[in-house]
Amino acid sequence: MRLKPKAQPPVENKMNRDHKFITLERIFKNGFVNFGRNIWLAIAAMAMMAVTLTILLFAIVANATFSHTISDITSHIDVSVYLKDEVTDEQRSSLIVELKQIDNVQAVGYTSKDQALKNYRAQNIDNPELLAAISETDNPLPASLVISPKDPNKLDTIKDYLDKPEIEALQSDPTSYSGDRKAAIDKIAKATQFFRQAGIIGIIIFIIISMLIIFNTIRMTIFNRRDELVIMRLLGATPGYIRGPFIVETMLYGVVAAAVSLIVCGGLFAVASSTLQASSLGLLDIKYSSDYFSNNLWLILTAQILAGIIIGAASAAIATRRYLKLK
Amino acid sequence: MILLDRVTKTYGQESALERVSLHVEPKEFVIIVGQSGAGKSTLFKLLTREEKPTAGKIIVGGMDYDKLKDKDVPLLRRKIGVVFQDFKLLANRTVAENIAFALEIAGLPTAEIKHTVPKVLDVVGLRGKENNYPKELSGGEKQRVAIARAIVRQPKILIADEPTGNLDPKHAFDVIKVLEKINQFGTTVLLTTHNQEIVNYLKRRVVTIKDGKVISDRAVGKYKL
Repeated sequence: MRLKPKAQPPVENKMNRDHKFITLERIFKNGFVNFGRNIWLAIAAMAMMAVTLTILLFAIVANATFSHTISDITSHIDVSVYLKDEVTDEQRSSLIVELKQIDNVQAVGYTSKDQALKNYRAQNIDNPELLAAISETDNPLPASLVISPKDPNKLDTIKDYLDKPEIEALQSDPTSYSGDRKAAIDKIAKATQFFRQAGIIGIIIFIIISMLIIFNTIRMTIFNRRDELVIMRLLGATPGYIRGPFIVETMLYGVVAAAVSLIVCGGLFAVASSTLQASSLGLLDIKYSSDYFSNNLWLILTAQILAGIIIGAASAAIATRRYLKLK
Repeated sequence: MILLDRVTKTYGQESALERVSLHVEPKEFVIIVGQSGAGKSTLFKLLTREEKPTAGKIIVGGMDYDKLKDKDVPLLRRKIGVVFQDFKLLANRTVAENIAFALEIAGLPTAEIKHTVPKVLDVVGLRGKENNYPKELSGGEKQRVAIARAIVRQPKILIADEPTGNLDPKHAFDVIKVLEKINQFGTTVLLTTHNQEIVNYLKRRVVTIKDGKVISDRAVGKYKL
């Protein structure tokens, strides 16, 4: 072998694009190799990350479910106006026309006395006592108008109109505003808000814990491999070449954690969704959660992997900056 | 090739090197002698830029260390071959992989690495040991692997810090002969040692350091303290 300096141009002149690509390839390769070597050390970090990503997943699904539940209930809110038997068809028609002119009114439906009786019988078909109570007298149920509001939280204009004395005179019973339902919706909305905030705080806390555990894992790895790292430095490895594999390795933690989390959650939805449905007292639609999960599986998987990679890369970047002596 | 101009390095109150000036021509073979603690290792660390001098100027291979940015340090280290007393080989890599390591870091293609490694094994006389692990080698062989790793990138300068310090006389001379051979190929060699026999055998320029100062610099020196 000829060792004359002129025989070859200096190494750094050859650091063209090809060499950069080779270096990047080696960084990834070394990252994978180190991941294999440190897998036992990395298990705690990966487990913690999987927990974090699972919480993130549940937060996303729960958020979607709460929103779904709220919109589901709100769409069923309406205002029922019970009409006296003496109200004529004309009075009723003009009442409907006037109601439809109110801003917040989406639609006005009419239920006749006969229809009300049919509905009542259909609803209480399993309860012979209630059925008997009705058949004894001559249909006591009033005809009614059912007003569907555009925004169930702004019923004031409708209420003002219905409370006018001349309109009130037409009504047999006080107007029903689905009052109890509205209160329930408000409660759910407040609960949703609370869970959202708690979820965000919880996620942040878990991300911080994950990162701290990753820091520690990297610190131990650096300690285990200190000889190699010193040699790399002395042989002229660039800081990027030394740090890169750590970052790749930790990104792999994220990918593994995402996969584990997804499998666990998928299994949970498959096995336990009926149990969960029962325990949620019908307040939440767990079937919807389960469907949401399976319909958005790829989106969720991508989000989980991305979150895992970002958490991993960020912690590795900080930890190597802090613990690696690169000069 | 190497120029040190009144270089001083102090650690706190203690001064490890004091106004050391040294000029090494290309292709020269220079031996730095001195007892432990004389400042040889500090000099070595200054040349590899592990440490910065407190005062004075260092120029190696045309690179002025004052103007060197942090990001240029890896390039500087690739230009200088280094050999350590404790070999600094990677225990979990074979001989060939240890040598390839230096080329991987420099970003050379794998095909070129496979082509180059056997050649450099020939130079240090370790053909046939490429698949052995460092623990299967004698001290002298380990040091020759380290030298192979240092020269595989064809540096213009090779600095060897007590490369024979951990070796018995026979192996020490094997190592020294490899260094002579590399010098004959045109590489500037800077060797630190406190082994009298080696100094007297080599009959090269000897720079003696004592208490951080150059006390003698002879063209063909003998060991003297």
